[in-house]
Amino acid sequence: MKFEVNYSTIESVAGPLVVVGKVGTASYNERVRIRLPSGESRLGQVLETTSRHAVVQVFGPTDGINIDKTSVSFLGETFTIGVSEDMLGRIFDGQGRPRDVKSAVSFKEKRDINGEPINPVSRAMPSDFIETGISTIDGMNTLVRGQKLPLFSGSGLSHNELTAQITRQAKVKKSNEGFAVVFAGIGITYDDAEYFITEFRKTGALSRTAAFINLADDPSIERILTPRIALTTAEYLAYERGMHVLVILNDMTNYAEALRELSSAREEVPGRRGYPGYMYTDLASIYERAGVIKGRKGSITQLNVVTMPGDDVTHPIPDLTGYITEGQIFMARDLHNKGIYPEVNPSNSLSRLMSNGIGDGKTREDHSNVKDQLFGAYARAQDAKSLSSIVGAEALSDTDKMFLKLGDEFENRFIKQGFYEDRTIEDTLAIGWDVLSILPESELTRIKPAYIEKYYHGHGKPAAQKIEEKKAEQQDEKPGDKDPSHGSGRQRKATITRRRK
Amino acid sequence: MGSIDKVSGPLVVAGDMLGSNMYDVVKVGKAKLIGEIIQLKGSNAIIQVYEDTTGLRPGEPVETTGKPLSVELGPGLLTSIYDGIQRPLEVLQKKSGAFIGKGMEAPALDRKRKWKFNVEKGVKKGLRVKPGDILGHVQETDIIKHYVMVPLGVDGTIESIKEGHFTIDDVVAKVKSKGASTDVRLMQIRPVRKAAPVKTKFRSSVPLVTGQRVIDTLFPVAKGGTAAIPGPFGSGKTVTQQQLAKWSDADIVVYVGCGERGNEMTEVLTEFPELKDPKSGKPLMQRTLLIANTSNMPVAAREASIYTGITIAEYFRDMGYDVAIMADSTSRWAEAMREISARLEELPGEEGYPAYLPKRLAEYYERSGAVESLNGRKGSITIIGAVSPPGGDISEPVSQGTLRVVKTFWALDASLASARHFPSINWLTSYSLYSGALEQWYKDNVGEEFVLGRAEAMRLLQREAELKDIVQLVGEDALPDPEKVVLDVGRMIREGYLRQIAFDEIDTYTSLKKQNLMLGAILNYRKRADEAVRAGVQFDKIASVKVKADIARLKGVKESDIESAIKKVREDTDREFAALSKEAE
Repeated sequence: MKFEVNYSTIESVAGPLVVVGKVGTASYNERVRIRLPSGESRLGQVLETTSRHAVVQVFGPTDGINIDKTSVSFLGETFTIGVSEDMLGRIFDGQGRPRDVKSAVSFKEKRDINGEPINPVSRAMPSDFIETGISTIDGMNTLVRGQKLPLFSGSGLSHNELTAQITRQAKVKKSNEGFAVVFAGIGITYDDAEYFITEFRKTGALSRTAAFINLADDPSIERILTPRIALTTAEYLAYERGMHVLVILNDMTNYAEALRELSSAREEVPGRRGYPGYMYTDLASIYERAGVIKGRKGSITQLNVVTMPGDDVTHPIPDLTGYITEGQIFMARDLHNKGIYPEVNPSNSLSRLMSNGIGDGKTREDHSNVKDQLFGAYARAQDAKSLSSIVGAEALSDTDKMFLKLGDEFENRFIKQGFYEDRTIEDTLAIGWDVLSILPESELTRIKPAYIEKYYHGHGKPAAQKIEEKKAEQQDEKPGDKDPSHGSGRQRKATITRRRK
Repeated sequence: MGSIDKVSGPLVVAGDMLGSNMYDVVKVGKAKLIGEIIQLKGSNAIIQVYEDTTGLRPGEPVETTGKPLSVELGPGLLTSIYDGIQRPLEVLQKKSGAFIGKGMEAPALDRKRKWKFNVEKGVKKGLRVKPGDILGHVQETDIIKHYVMVPLGVDGTIESIKEGHFTIDDVVAKVKSKGASTDVRLMQIRPVRKAAPVKTKFRSSVPLVTGQRVIDTLFPVAKGGTAAIPGPFGSGKTVTQQQLAKWSDADIVVYVGCGERGNEMTEVLTEFPELKDPKSGKPLMQRTLLIANTSNMPVAAREASIYTGITIAEYFRDMGYDVAIMADSTSRWAEAMREISARLEELPGEEGYPAYLPKRLAEYYERSGAVESLNGRKGSITIIGAVSPPGGDISEPVSQGTLRVVKTFWALDASLASARHFPSINWLTSYSLYSGALEQWYKDNVGEEFVLGRAEAMRLLQREAELKDIVQLVGEDALPDPEKVVLDVGRMIREGYLRQIAFDEIDTYTSLKKQNLMLGAILNYRKRADEAVRAGVQFDKIASVKVKADIARLKGVKESDIESAIKKVREDTDREFAALSKEAE
């Protein structure tokens, strides 16, 4: 039986920090319970301990705490949460307490939310494909099991819709293996939270999802916990229950801001733009929890939303994120403004582990070649476009015009897809070949002749296009599908807002 | 014995520590976490702890070992993977599973394994020996002989020495100095923060051949030199570093993954044992040693990892080997320093980095060099450091501090990377200050024409860049034909020569011989094209010359077939252009 000592020796309260005097033996990172005079209790954690006092950060508001009548007890353990498979299908708050009306969850075991670093020797190389059903991701920047890939976005872009769609569609190719999604909403608005929960419920994705939601008006210090709780749950599901877990952390910018708030409350020397100097290490302690471990069945893959303040990729949050993660999915405002959803810009995006996860037996033999050719062709199209803005479209050479056309096709058919359109990798590659059929065979320099023989259906003869269009039509008319998300991005946004009102 | 007074992150303040020295290694708390004293204040010691400090409490004991942070040096180092304070990660895995537990101790070198120790010719009882002198050797891997040297500070005459099978702890020789007798084992210990002494340093005139065309041809680094690779994320720093670790002609490679991704270390660990050294045909792992302190491992150990790596490199250099050390990334090391400095509440210098950052960077890079070691053998350490400047802006302190001391600068370029041009080393902003010193070597070992070819290629690329600015405004068609040839050849050099695919089986490594032939073929094309233009051939005709595609494909030609391929390409070039010129007449 653990013996709890209560201290009523609070010396100061400032921001989220409480200094407790005459403690002497609080351990670093120990969990703390604070009892308010009103009878309410809040949780905290030791940030600094000396033989005279302990500095405690409170996960919650500090209102109602007073100096003489509030007591603090040190719980002799670090921050732990109970985990179990029953957490799938449930919605929790940012501290891991059930937010939905259902009963309490029965837990299998308790785990320290900080986890432990994976021994680099024990890691297995991520090498298996996760199908998101999104062409620009699957085809051009493939997500691989065990990878951490952020979604660099901006305010007003469709990252919420895209993550919701991925949560719904993501799957591993061998369907007999368990797949789960852990969703952490970090500092998201009530509106967005509502949107996600409704989406998950409506489409049945919730049954395989555990959602942790910290709302924008929840205490910001709680945001320090939310991603760690989500990842601890994911680690249990992956490494103990053998599931492939996709963790979506939305939005890491809010997390980093909470970190800065805490740092400034501690009066630390600020680094770039006021963020603490240890932010790289801190972010790494979250991102590096993705991976595959030798000899264990499951895996943890992370897809993290980072909204770039002012669309600035050199801002410390996306910058440090990019240095840790294995690539990035870049959302582009110009594509969004053209009405293209999902507005993923393939030229800035990169999946570092892609080459390990594609090819024969994983996706398809020609995948790598098709991707290279599309990258090259789209880059040429961009060049042609910037040239045409100087000299005028009329003055372009025939080749440039051809690439210009290819660029449009690529954006409107390959990148653009419906919110409910789940494309298999074969669909994606078929569209890719369609787009490439605008080019004559001699331009397909990055594709092996054998694949051209097998998949190329001739210059100007987009045979698969018709099939594809038919399919899209059918999807449009699917009964019960009232979300008009096949329209332009702008329209779609408008309807979502309306619907929520 | 002292006791903990304060815990704040990786920093611990301990009281009652009188008698301990600056930079002593200490065991902190009941869990005996490893730490290092980095400040002394009265009877208080400020300690940076190399492990996660969660759970430490005031009052717990702190014990000093009385020794500075050191590494174990001896047979068994190669093919190992260590964390920042030289704990073998394989052994930790056996002890605590897939996740690294706390307070784990494991000796760096295997204490049980026996090695066959061969005494060097002429080494016998009564021989006068000095520090660094070679007593014998152990065949550590198929390709590396591990020389056993007289430890630093031991100077005297050999009392006894024996051949046979020994563990690293067994005494193989006794050296009598100043009346006392010192045991010499296969293993010795050196402190990490102090550079090992050498007899002399000299300027190197031999390049580190890397098999990477843009580096070997345009911006070579000397054996014993220093190079920095700064670049924003996604520009290919790590791939470039790994390519150098794989293909450079160093005898020993020390690869330090300092605060980087775990999966990258896994990549090295899975790939290297399967790759064959082009020289010996043996697995590359046999000459390689890895230090992995990934970004989520304790920050103080990250600070130490750089020193652990360079100390091991010095040890092999003293045996007479050419050692290359890759540090990926020095920015993470600097950030670790910044983090510790901030916790010490030191007054910050630029961007929060401690004021002593430039000094530390210089001290580190100065441990490189081509040297004559104490035993008279010649060896070298080449340091190649990746830098990760925030936002890719190299005006920040770590990049600037590095550029002041390194002599080769490979500027990675985000726009090249996004155009998928790899290695994304920008040919206009990069430089190598070794080009002059290495010229003679290139002339003697590759060919006079290679040196001239390099100069011509650089001029062409510079001219191409100027012309491209004009093209942006007026379009390519407005240029006169000779200028169009410059653009044409510039593109060939960029696409067909500088661009090199690391993941392609053949393209991943190009010998200097092949580099010379390839460059020669491109420049021959240029010569013929220039002649053709002067003879009045329209540029449109030149643009559609067939041999161009063959030249572009040369990089994919096997080393064994390259001579015949080049011969054919050169003949075709000459023939096609001759035909064009004839037509024009």
